[in-house]
Order: sequence, then structure tokens, then C-alpha cells
Amino acid sequence: MQSGSSGRPKRLQPLVDRPLSKGKGEVTLSAFGFLFSEMVQKCQNKARTVQELESRLCNYGEHVGVRVLELLTHREKGLKRETRLIPLLSFLTGSVWKTLFGRPADALERHTQNEDEYMITDKDPITNKFVSVPSDMGAFSCAAFVAGIIQGMISGADFKGTVTAHPVSNDDGSSKTIYLIKFDAEVIAREKRFA
Amino acid sequence: MSCYTLFIINKAGGLIYKRDFSADAPKLSVNDQLRLVSTFHSMHAIAGRLSPVDPASGIDHIETNTFQLFCYQSLTGLKFLITSPAHTSGSLEHLLFKTYQLYSDFVLKNPFYELDMPIHCSQFDTNLDKLILGK
Repeated sequence: MQSGSSGRPKRLQPLVDRPLSKGKGEVTLSAFGFLFSEMVQKCQNKARTVQELESRLCNYGEHVGVRVLELLTHREKGLKRETRLIPLLSFLTGSVWKTLFGRPADALERHTQNEDEYMITDKDPITNKFVSVPSDMGAFSCAAFVAGIIQGMISGADFKGTVTAHPVSNDDGSSKTIYLIKFDAEVIAREKRFA
Repeated sequence: MSCYTLFIINKAGGLIYKRDFSADAPKLSVNDQLRLVSTFHSMHAIAGRLSPVDPASGIDHIETNTFQLFCYQSLTGLKFLITSPAHTSGSLEHLLFKTYQLYSDFVLKNPFYELDMPIHCSQFDTNLDKLILGK
């Protein structure tokens, strides 16, 4: 088998010898809007209740989360994976949010009473940008998809937990979304052992 | 800019959205609104046929001594109508075009909206307020 690239023009190199591209990195917001709208409609056709719709959307997000973790660990961090909780969450709200949404997340907080709950705040998730939820659906938010992405990422990094999205309205009338991450007990116990 | 009412008509001639932007706008019952809009839809089609020039666009602008009406028809057959006071200077067509952009953003990308059905999207309403009333 011929190896290396001596004499051959770049585009005829074997696929495995070509350098990995960084990718385009940008998609039009409208294209995402339409694709996401179709995804939600597909979930809605299959689901019978609002909770089922949310869990289906979360499921879709998990598929994305697992792959995003692998991709960004490779691209941004030189294959060094996070083994501690706080650095993982900082990576999530920093690099990952910037790659996915173009800006870092607004805030990362730990719940005051429960030490296994963390909250990420996002003022304007792009999943909700064009969506108006009918009033009979209650507190449903399409940010369940982003919650799924977070859940996929943390379980891919071996910090199992559940993530839910909660829309919250501010004092001045605008709304933001809070992603509540609840880690499993064994994850917290493991963190305590390391500390 | 001052406007009375905005109507959106689907390609079958049915009213899918009506919004008053001024207290001076005439109050019409629901039946009257539907009848008015479907009449306009037919007039628009007839006007296109009557024109000696082919292809013709149908009714764009109606000017009377009490109000003016502007109409914008998209390539998909959707009509946006706006009525404004009699002495409005300039055309409000750019406003209708921006309304069309808002429609394609907040109505068409909404997964809970079915095509050609009446529009009940809160984001569309708030952004329309911002565009027309400027707040």
C-alpha cells in the first residue's frame, strides 16, 4: 500500500492521510430554525403528552451532546478529557457554548442547599428564538433540546445526571432559561473522594 | 407611522390574521371581516386579469378621501393589507415587506403553527408591535 504523499497532489492523497479540517463553523440561523421546527413537529406527532414531547426532544439532544463532547475534546483541548466536575462545567459553559451558540453561557451557579445541583443560565436560547408556545402547553420550552445536549455531554464524560430546562421570567418582563443539572449521588461521592 | 389595521390573507382568500393598531380603526364583526377580505381577494384577482399589460400585479394601492390601503402579495400567494389615514405620505409597502419578513421568521419557523391556519403566535405579535408602533 502506498503511504505518504511524495509527488502526489494534495487532493489525491488517501483519505486517512489528509489533515482533519476544522469545519465551516457557521450555519444560517434560518436554516437551523426551519430544521428545528421540523424536529419539534416530528416529536409532537409521536408524543401523546407534553412530558413525552419534552423527553423526546431531550433524547434528540443527547445524541448531539455525546458527539459534540468527542469533537470538541479533540479540536479544542488536544484530547485531554476532564475528570473533575467544576472544570467540566467551565468547559461546557465556555468552549462548548461558544462553538454551538456563538457566545459563552450567561452564568453557572451551584444550588445553595443541594450540593448535587448546578444551574446554567441562558438569556436567549436559539431553540426558542422563533417559537411561540401555545398557552395550553404550560411550561414547555424547546430548550429541552439544549438540556438534552448538556445531558449527553455530561454522561459522555462519565458524570451521570439529569438535566431539565426551566423558563423563568425576569423582573422586567423578559425571560431567560435555566438548565438545572442534577448529578447522581455516586458522582458527588467520587468528587468528594478526590477533593 | 400611523396605521389603522393589518390583514393577512392566505392563498385561498381566507383571513388568517387581523390586528388593529389605532383606536380610530373601524370595528368590524368577525363575519364582516371575513367577507371583506374574501371580496378583496376576488377583486385583486379580477384586477390582475383586466389589465391590458401582461403579467399584471393585481391591486397594490387604493386611495380614497378617508383612508388609503396598501397591498403586498408574496410569491407564495399570501397577501398583506394595511389601511392608513388619508394623508399618509409615501408608500407603506416597505412596512408590508418587513411584516412579511416577520411572518417568515416567527410564524413559519414556529413548529406549533399549521400552514394557512389563523395565526396565534405571541412572538409575531410582539415583534409586529415593535415594527409598527415603534415600541
